[in-house]
Amino acid sequence: MHDNTTVIVPLYRLAHSRTGDKGDISNVSVIAWQADYYPLLKEQLTEQAVSKWFSHRQPKSVRRYLVESIGAMNFVLDGILDGGVNDALNLDTHGKALSFYLLDFPIRVDAHLASTLPDIQSL
Amino acid sequence: MASTPLQIGCASGFSGDRTDGALPVVKTLIETGGQALIFETLAERTLALAQLAKNQDPEAGYEPLLSELLSPILALCLNHGIQIVSNFGAANPPGAARRIERLSHELGLRMPRIATLSGDNLDSAEQRAFLRERLGAEFDRLDIVSINAYQGAAEIAQALQAGAQVVVAGRVADPSLTLGPALAHFGWQADDWHRLGCATMAGHLLECGTQVTGGYFAVPGLKEVPDMHKLGFPIASIAESGALSITKARDTGGIVTTQTVKEQLLYEVHDPAAYLTPDVTADISRVHVAQTAPDQVAVDGVTGWARPEELKVNICYRGGWLAEAEISYAGVQAEARARLAAETVRRRIGGQLELRIDLIGTLSIFGDDAGELLRQHAHGRGQDIRLRVAAAHPEKNVAERVLREVTALYTCGPAGGGGVRTSLRPRLNSISSTVPRDLAPAGWQFLRPDQYA
Repeated sequence: MHDNTTVIVPLYRLAHSRTGDKGDISNVSVIAWQADYYPLLKEQLTEQAVSKWFSHRQPKSVRRYLVESIGAMNFVLDGILDGGVNDALNLDTHGKALSFYLLDFPIRVDAHLASTLPDIQSL
Repeated sequence: MASTPLQIGCASGFSGDRTDGALPVVKTLIETGGQALIFETLAERTLALAQLAKNQDPEAGYEPLLSELLSPILALCLNHGIQIVSNFGAANPPGAARRIERLSHELGLRMPRIATLSGDNLDSAEQRAFLRERLGAEFDRLDIVSINAYQGAAEIAQALQAGAQVVVAGRVADPSLTLGPALAHFGWQADDWHRLGCATMAGHLLECGTQVTGGYFAVPGLKEVPDMHKLGFPIASIAESGALSITKARDTGGIVTTQTVKEQLLYEVHDPAAYLTPDVTADISRVHVAQTAPDQVAVDGVTGWARPEELKVNICYRGGWLAEAEISYAGVQAEARARLAAETVRRRIGGQLELRIDLIGTLSIFGDDAGELLRQHAHGRGQDIRLRVAAAHPEKNVAERVLREVTALYTCGPAGGGGVRTSLRPRLNSISSTVPRDLAPAGWQFLRPDQYA
């Protein structure tokens, strides 16, 4: 039975992710753990929402590409790497950690679904 | 031309990767009748560093670990007809080829037929004049170290078909290392875009080494990877039709699953329908992946379209000096003391230099240069904080002030600061452009053509 209550869960419970870089452009993939989580991600993980989530890094643009056949999407964030691997003053010049910044993005899900999502098992 | 599948392994994903990955790959290739092995050892800035090394010593400028990478497997590959294709020539493919000759001699082997690629290094007056016109005044302001075009797979294929046992490239696109052997093996036409797209994506899956076999994947408690201390490097099988699958070397750690393959498929990709290489515009917008056996994943639905008109070019230039300095604060009010130290440095030199400030232990990775996120970040009660200050400047003595100011925190800063470390390094920056193909013609040649006749 669904009681229509929703809860907020971090993105990592619905998807996994990897970051790549070219120059000052970062791409962050988001890959649903299961195909039936994908519609939720499409609905909530929009270009606008991701742009806002990364706003402190001042992206010039955020573009989302869908790869429906594998339940994935690819975000291309331009100008987010403080100049890129050669120019940046930051520690993670490749922006390798940015996927883990996105994986904390809050997604609203049905409480029933939330109880079934993968989660970090305590070690 | 062969219609049997091409089995091709990869034993290095960047310069500095593990060097013990090749032997299990080669042993597996021998057991299963595999034909080719690639080493990928270049990144955006590796080639400029190699050029600087070559400026110091005309025989240097190739992959420093070349001998360590090849020694364990060179004899096995030559004896079993496994072709070796690499970009470890970097700024000096002929130098790398001569080193491989010496290595063969040291190992008591018959001299292999070694081919080198050329044409990626754009140093002629005509090439520079074109880039000057395209980039405008910006070009003249650059203190250039290296200019390289990303060349494609055709010359690799030609060298292999002519009998090369080892191919040494400089700057070629990473997936071309795999497409070259596929072109040579199957004899595909250069405009067979569908098949070129498939083999290019096989190359894309291989080019980062263990990133498709469980490397760069593990999250304890969520994404487990067995035996990470001995991750196996990947092996792709490419069929005549272009169908492909990925597995890994036998008796190694790691995993190949639909998840590891999906992550690597999208790695460093922008538009999945248009992955640009010198050879083809590959398209994974309708890709499917399926687990077909333990540690074996089939990939289909890949295709390709006509290649881009122009070649991508990377221009690396001297970018002044990078100064970095760190100091630690621990115990009561550590974070408050680190923030006070940062403020102290900022007020003294923030007007002359754009400072990047990180509080390692509080916020040092997700933050931005302007410190916006750090300002939003509530003051915490971190008890083990390392302050990092970084800045860059064209003049060494200006950049050096960062080092002096952070060091001065020993006595002029908040209480209890310790463990200052400083570094001042010359920087290499880069910009990209494109050039028409006929302005950067690629070529290949045997190192000793007379002796192979």
